[in-house]
Amino acid sequence: MPPGLIDAYPFAAARHDEMLVAPGTPRAQWDLMARRLEGLSPAAMNKRARSVADAIAADGVTYNVYADPKGMLRPWELDMLPLIIDADEWRTLSAAVGQRARLLDRVLADLYGPQNLIAEGLLPPALIFGQRGYKWPCHGITPPGGRFLHLYAVDLARAPDGGWWVIADRTQGPSGAGYALQNRIVVSQTFPDTFRRLHVQKLAGFFRTLQDGLARMAPSGQEAPLSVLLTPGPYNETYFEHAFLARYLGFPLVEGQDLTVRDDTVYLKTLRGLRRVHVILRRLDDDFCDPLELRADSSLGVPGLLEAVRAGRVLVANALGSGVLESAALFGFLPAVSERLLGEKLAIPSVASWWCGEAPALEHALAHLDDLVIKPAFASMRREPVFGHALAGSERSELVDSIRAQPHAYVAQEWVRMSQAPVWRTEGGGHLESRSVGLRMFAAATPEGYVVMPGALTRVAPGGDVEVISMQRGGLSKDTWIRTDGPVARTTLLKKRLGTMDLMVSATDVPSRVGENLFWMGRHSERCEASARVLRAALRRVAADGSDEVDDELAGLLLAAARIGVLGDETGDEDSQAALERRLLAAVSDFGRAGSIAANLRALALNANHVRERLSSDNWHVLNRLEVALSPPPQALDEALGALDRVMLDCISLAGFAMDDMTRDEGWRFLILGRRIERLAAMAALIQVVLHAPADDGERMLEWLLEAANSIVTYRARYRRAPELLPVVHLLVFDTSNPHSVAFQVGALAREFELTARELNHPMPPQVAVLERRLARFDLTAFEAEDCVAASARLASLLADAQLTAQSLSDEVHQRFFIHTVRESRLRSVA
Amino acid sequence: MNGQTLRYHVRHETLYRYEHPVRESHQLLRLFPRALPWQRCVAQHLGVSPEPDRTRSFTDAFGNGVRALHFEHTHERLEVRSECWIELDSRIMPLLDNSPAWESVRDAMRYRAGRQLDGAMLEAVAFQFESTEVRIKRAFADYATECFTPGRPVLSATDALMRRIHEEFTFDPEATDVSTPVIEVFEKRRGVCQDFAHFMIACLRSIGLAARYVSGYLLTRPPSGRPRLVGADATHAWVSMFVPGAGWFDFDPTNALWADQEHVTIGWGRDFADISPMRGVLLGGGGHAPEIAVTVVPEDEFAGLYTDAALPGLDLPPRGG
Repeated sequence: MPPGLIDAYPFAAARHDEMLVAPGTPRAQWDLMARRLEGLSPAAMNKRARSVADAIAADGVTYNVYADPKGMLRPWELDMLPLIIDADEWRTLSAAVGQRARLLDRVLADLYGPQNLIAEGLLPPALIFGQRGYKWPCHGITPPGGRFLHLYAVDLARAPDGGWWVIADRTQGPSGAGYALQNRIVVSQTFPDTFRRLHVQKLAGFFRTLQDGLARMAPSGQEAPLSVLLTPGPYNETYFEHAFLARYLGFPLVEGQDLTVRDDTVYLKTLRGLRRVHVILRRLDDDFCDPLELRADSSLGVPGLLEAVRAGRVLVANALGSGVLESAALFGFLPAVSERLLGEKLAIPSVASWWCGEAPALEHALAHLDDLVIKPAFASMRREPVFGHALAGSERSELVDSIRAQPHAYVAQEWVRMSQAPVWRTEGGGHLESRSVGLRMFAAATPEGYVVMPGALTRVAPGGDVEVISMQRGGLSKDTWIRTDGPVARTTLLKKRLGTMDLMVSATDVPSRVGENLFWMGRHSERCEASARVLRAALRRVAADGSDEVDDELAGLLLAAARIGVLGDETGDEDSQAALERRLLAAVSDFGRAGSIAANLRALALNANHVRERLSSDNWHVLNRLEVALSPPPQALDEALGALDRVMLDCISLAGFAMDDMTRDEGWRFLILGRRIERLAAMAALIQVVLHAPADDGERMLEWLLEAANSIVTYRARYRRAPELLPVVHLLVFDTSNPHSVAFQVGALAREFELTARELNHPMPPQVAVLERRLARFDLTAFEAEDCVAASARLASLLADAQLTAQSLSDEVHQRFFIHTVRESRLRSVA
Repeated sequence: MNGQTLRYHVRHETLYRYEHPVRESHQLLRLFPRALPWQRCVAQHLGVSPEPDRTRSFTDAFGNGVRALHFEHTHERLEVRSECWIELDSRIMPLLDNSPAWESVRDAMRYRAGRQLDGAMLEAVAFQFESTEVRIKRAFADYATECFTPGRPVLSATDALMRRIHEEFTFDPEATDVSTPVIEVFEKRRGVCQDFAHFMIACLRSIGLAARYVSGYLLTRPPSGRPRLVGADATHAWVSMFVPGAGWFDFDPTNALWADQEHVTIGWGRDFADISPMRGVLLGGGGHAPEIAVTVVPEDEFAGLYTDAALPGLDLPPRGG
């Protein structure tokens, strides 16, 4: 065998190395993998590294890093080499993690119940009541099923002697289980043979256990429970994971505004109406869950949720208030607490910790600063850990001063020299590097007890000499392979009352918010396109003309722009070319002006963000481009014209994606309804301006009307002459083959509403058919007369009604599908 | 006051006029005086307009009664009127200098591993730390220390602190609003009862004592020669401090008074955020602060105060009820 990759791997004797027991000698559980690696060239490894990166990119796995100037999304970084753990070691470790989950669950039950731990002096009141994590409004609540902790995560590190230590407990809405699953999907395909031969335990059973446990503890009586995953939204750093887990577990992914509390019961607002929710698996912090009783300024939560919980009508996992245990300051007290609550010795030690709120601990911490890591006592403090040995001079004395000023806010922890594992680096032809690693393990609650995930998220320090592993800074991770002696379990062994099939929610539970954002995405993109067309026509005429005179044709165009809302209504004060130009430029790029292109683009971006997981990456690409289309804002007419061209092209692309790139489910239909309603309203408004103008002026306006309706090519091809009123009116109002005509929109709306009515079991709005009939009956021969004034007036009145119909349809869609204000929608007559 | 039981009628009206229609609204009311050894609520009535779609009652973690209202239909104004008849006994006033040295109280409140806390202590330790509106700061401790001299009896020291705040701080409704942080109150030396209570609590907690925020009503006296007016009063706030083995003692820094038969207690919490009379979440709405009118009237002046037009709906219950 040639000197392989392993020989070049640096072995640090002062620490535990996960792969090697001595230089060049792999541990037993690594033997197979080590041999596989020795057979590979750096080039072959680099090729695998690239396919891992490609797989991550293709799945769109991301982790949002706070305050990252490069934007919100950062690809999830995954090392292709797994961490391998032996069956024996795993048994001990998972038993210990299960015990700790059990313990912390009972601690929560005590703290939010009798508070015996405090009354008996086992926990200092300052550690509980002195931190914001303790939620007094949750006191006295026992969750349905009796458990407080449903999904628990713990961060572990391995000391040089090979023993594992707990570094942190995650008890609110722990992240990482979904990433662990995603890592498994990618890495098991990178070394498929080795994966099979090593008998690695599967992860799927764990998620089934979680699903099952929640369903069995849900207060759902005989009903099949509906579980949802509550996310703070797309700006959260682990939003990808929320969406991924929701899909995997078959839970609708919801935001606070998707839920409503009525009669102490939580409901999901779906396009089909209100559906009772029995379980909320939350990724929202305690503070934000209910603005009524927790943080009042939260807009992410569900008002009244706590009352529903108090009434025992919904299971919130983990229980509200569970964040109180995410404090390293508790570590020192847990051994005694375990003896008291479980009558058991704590199986896994926490890293040695001194809570500075006790005088002897404070003195110890200050005396041994070099060997300690100083951390905030409570997670809510959001401060970075500091290594005592890395501080000197004024930094050191400042830290000592802060600790002395508020000792109870600090905890000192022993500095664990974490174990090392190999990481593949592609730089310089490719080599193995040694990095500090830590495990994040997970446990899920069932009525019988806790089940530990046979796997973990292995987190890797971002640099060779970095000690702090924090995903908040962005970081590398690994898959974790747990070997088993026996056969690989394919499913969970737990006896199930409910099958997985009961839990799967069909795609019919589309949250109303998704429908609403798609609807407005449709309206806003259509509005951007129409506004851009009209403004472009106006800008072209102003640029070509150059005189201070506003002729009747341009005046009509400006009026049309005002009617569709893109231009301010302040007519008649164009005393100079300069003033008019300023007004037109503002209509393009002034965010503060409602109706401007800029304001519409911003609204479009907001809508799109809420339905991000439903849009393809190409679709995203166009949306991202649109977001920056007007930065920097155009300063002159020619720049504005260029910008409008780009906006229009991108809007046309969006229309193409809408028709050809999206799954046609209940949500999609609302995107199309939005587009059609918007176009109907805009076309009706534009044509009325021309019909209301004196006959001669009207003829001169037909040119821009055709331009604004994007129908000039069709007109020229058909008639090969200057625009005349009758053929233009026919083409733009009545011609059902022209996708820009009024009749086309009405026909499309009739079809879409019929399908919506059938799918979502709602009555068909009657206005559409009325409009369709009136269009069909309109006598176009009236326009053959010398004087078309009467015909124009009749058609204008029909179009005014069409515009009103568009508005009433939009209102109706809102009332029925999005808002669900019970009384109004119940009482609304649908005659 | 001299040991005689007194009776008051309290009326508390809140009117919201919303700028935009409210489609949905959740409200939590903490408006009814809780039962205490020296205080009984002998009759009470809550009038709400529009009629809520659902009303529930529960007791919060600090033992205060809460009414939860839920409105699911569009409304543009919300009117809440609570009324009650209260009986107050005179409280036994302790001798200030007979209380234990303040340091011994502080030490008794400190955590010691394995030491048992009795029920009263367990209740009290919740009020020792920072809370939404109350910071713990060295500046507050320093301010308190001028009154908490070594060995001084704790009630005497607390009384001195209350009087110092009363003297050095100016009552000024323009200086602060409900969201003014306590440190700013300290810097400006101005504010209203809520600010003085928060500041005094911050001082006491900063030296290791347990103190809670009491929300209630105060009987006011009209300027001499003027008649009592409906709606002339306001909600009030003061401070309660815990002495192990002896219980809670109420201090009113706004008036430099020990709470007695002129103070009607609604309830308490760590600070205002725990016990605000009305807290709500609206869908829609917006607009100005509510119009609030509070009237506290002694039994013997009741008939003279309310004219026929404004006669409240709650009858005077018989004595001893």
